[in-house]
Amino acid sequence: MAVPVEQRSAATPGRTSAWVRNQMRNIAPFATLLCLVVFFTLASSSFATLDNLANILTQISVTGIMAVGLTFVILCGEIDLSVAAIANATGIVVAYFTAQDTYVNIANLPLPGAVAILLGLLACAALGLVNALGLTLIGIPSFIMTLAMMQIGAGISALLVRGQIAYAVPSLVTTLGSGSIHGVPWIVLLLAVFLLVAHVVLGYTRFGRYVYMVGGNREAAEYSGVSVKTILNAVLIISAVCSGVAGMVGVAHFGSAQQNEFDTYLLDSIAAVVVGGTSLFGGRGGIGNTIVGLFVLGVLNNGLDHIQIDSFLKILIRGLILLAALVINVYAQRLRDAEARTGG
Amino acid sequence: MPDPSPPALEMVDVSKSFGGVQALRGVDFMLRAGEIHGLVGENGAGKSTLMKIIAGVHAPGSGRMTIEGRDVSFRTPREAIAAGIGMVHQELSTVPDLTVAENVFLGKQPTGTGGLVAWRRMRSEARRQLADLGLDVDPRQRIGALPIGLQQLIEIARVVFSGARIIILDEPTSALSPPEVELLFTVLRRLREAGRSIIFISHFLDDILRISDSVTVFRNGRHVATSAVAAIDKAWVIEQMIGRGHADLEESYTSEIPLAAKPGAPVAMQAQGLTMGRTFRDVTLDIRKGEILGIYGFMGCGQIELARALFGKIVPDSGTLTVAGRPRRLRNTTAAHQAGIAFVPESRRAMLFGQEPVYKNASIAILGRIAKLWLRPGRERELASAQVAALGIRPSNVEARLGALSGGNQQKVALAKWLSFPPDVLILSEPTRGMDVGAKDDVVRIVRRLRDEGLAVVVMSTEPETVLSLADRILIMKKGEIVREFADGGVTKDQLLAAA
Repeated sequence: MAVPVEQRSAATPGRTSAWVRNQMRNIAPFATLLCLVVFFTLASSSFATLDNLANILTQISVTGIMAVGLTFVILCGEIDLSVAAIANATGIVVAYFTAQDTYVNIANLPLPGAVAILLGLLACAALGLVNALGLTLIGIPSFIMTLAMMQIGAGISALLVRGQIAYAVPSLVTTLGSGSIHGVPWIVLLLAVFLLVAHVVLGYTRFGRYVYMVGGNREAAEYSGVSVKTILNAVLIISAVCSGVAGMVGVAHFGSAQQNEFDTYLLDSIAAVVVGGTSLFGGRGGIGNTIVGLFVLGVLNNGLDHIQIDSFLKILIRGLILLAALVINVYAQRLRDAEARTGG
Repeated sequence: MPDPSPPALEMVDVSKSFGGVQALRGVDFMLRAGEIHGLVGENGAGKSTLMKIIAGVHAPGSGRMTIEGRDVSFRTPREAIAAGIGMVHQELSTVPDLTVAENVFLGKQPTGTGGLVAWRRMRSEARRQLADLGLDVDPRQRIGALPIGLQQLIEIARVVFSGARIIILDEPTSALSPPEVELLFTVLRRLREAGRSIIFISHFLDDILRISDSVTVFRNGRHVATSAVAAIDKAWVIEQMIGRGHADLEESYTSEIPLAAKPGAPVAMQAQGLTMGRTFRDVTLDIRKGEILGIYGFMGCGQIELARALFGKIVPDSGTLTVAGRPRRLRNTTAAHQAGIAFVPESRRAMLFGQEPVYKNASIAILGRIAKLWLRPGRERELASAQVAALGIRPSNVEARLGALSGGNQQKVALAKWLSFPPDVLILSEPTRGMDVGAKDDVVRIVRRLRDEGLAVVVMSTEPETVLSLADRILIMKKGEIVREFADGGVTKDQLLAAA
């Protein structure tokens, strides 16, 4: 075993730079996060506190649960633009089947809480299934299919609440969305569970391996006998269910269910996945990247509130950060491709 | 033959190398004005390289090129087109959704007032020019709706109208039916009468001998012979192509290769009347256990698609497949995999994950056999290591990134991925393409070993050597049909070439 070790040490400079190039998509987001934390810590005394960390964690929870599902989809080289609309529709479905206060004028259908939650989960899974069939059975590109679903989700929401605002959701949902245990918000724990389960599924199960392989080289996966369509169906349903759960607890978290409630979450959840370094072309990245991406967005959104800055400028700054992340993402892919061509 | 006018095109002592590979070695080539000149040679003989130099795609390494007596040298395809060179590739470059007239004038539509396209003038002009070639086509028709043969003629017409004096046709008849070939030949004769010069590259020697005035043969980057067609026959051309009695004997399979078909062996897979549009028709074949079935044919003869139909990647229009005695509809690759069929396509890119380590590449197809829910990376590495050792893959480290391996070793990984749990039927498309001699020998040895272990193996190739070095029985595929079977006794390379 001495020989390989010797070879490795002899080739160290080349190897290190190759490693850096290969890990660019993991290093860059982390470096971004560190820079933001250092900057906001220096710029504001109220930023680097435990209380504020709890704030950030709570603020990224709803986005985070959606981003977990999106990670699966983007790892397969597809996209789901309907996550926010499905979240909104699912939140409203749950409220629709819950007894509302008398002053809320929704012709709703009160059912036991467990049934309402179940119906909500079924609803989002069904919408995910429609996405999946559009992509794999009919062959509509996911970008267009989920764009249509975005409108359908918004339509379902509009029909059910008819411009009203519903406040009541089942008590389990209320607890998860706005309660806390020993000072830790349930919604943060829920996010942690989602991240953990997704990480285990992606890294340690056969299904997870197939997700990476389908994203890495779809044709090769197909020629290996992997049922690419099954995998694509599964990731779109997973994404929709994650969105649905995010929508339910989101409604409790915000305290109301209404039209267009989640609109900003589409961009945030996609941004979290991509800023974290998961390849838009599929096959590279994972939950670790999504966590970093969530923190980048969370720290940025939160930190900008701690420093004196024009609140209208914040939107522009977020856009610029996202652009920078996209540049790095595509650039990292190109480095990798170049590496693959030269044979390393 | 006294010829006062200078040749349409003359190349003198042209050489070209790519990296360390010498593609052309001091080649001379002469195209007379107003002749159809057939150009033949095996894959890699240097035909394409020479044509790409003429068309300005490659710069010549050394040597001279003259057109009608004037020295030329093209740095870009555009310069070649400007000098009157027109090339029609094997793959059509027509735009299927545009009309015939639009395709004829692609990129140079006649314009009228204010830069608008002059549609009426374009249509009447297209109709007139096509009629000049003897083609009666409605210029308003969508070109994609026309038969392939007609599309190809329209593409040739486009090259002619663009002012080409020298027209290079690369494998123009490979996708054509006999009547379409007739029509093509009529058009080519008209062009010849109009004074255009034509280079006709083809593997179909019968077509070459029928239409050409003279024939040039290339072998191993060298010009070996040129002759007037009247003086030669097919056997002579084949002999020049494969170089009987020359130094490159051992590589060229000039002697008879014994075949060892096993007609009594149990049939592992059977195809009956498989038909897929124009790509292959009425293909019936048996794949037997312990036998290597070779399928040989020229590029575009339909074997690539046939291989995919046997693996469920494409679903044929009609015909039946029987696997292990049971009729099977292979609707996708997963179904084929489950039926015990394995496939290694000709392109490594289509089979492998360059960014992933070797062991993940080696395990993807068999993951279902070693893992239900949870992955077992230890077992994956163990099985991969065993295959890496058995196939002599270098480096032997299964953690190495696949993209870092050489082409030959990658190809072995593509084979290795099926072998931990051997399939019943193994379909290999171009298993040794682009490999060096050592790697080729390894693959031949491995495939023979698998055959001896009882696998039913199918080897598809456009290289006669590949089929000859492996097959126990050989089918010849020509324009989508199985035209001949070699099962008993021996076969020589010229017999294969002549049959295809």
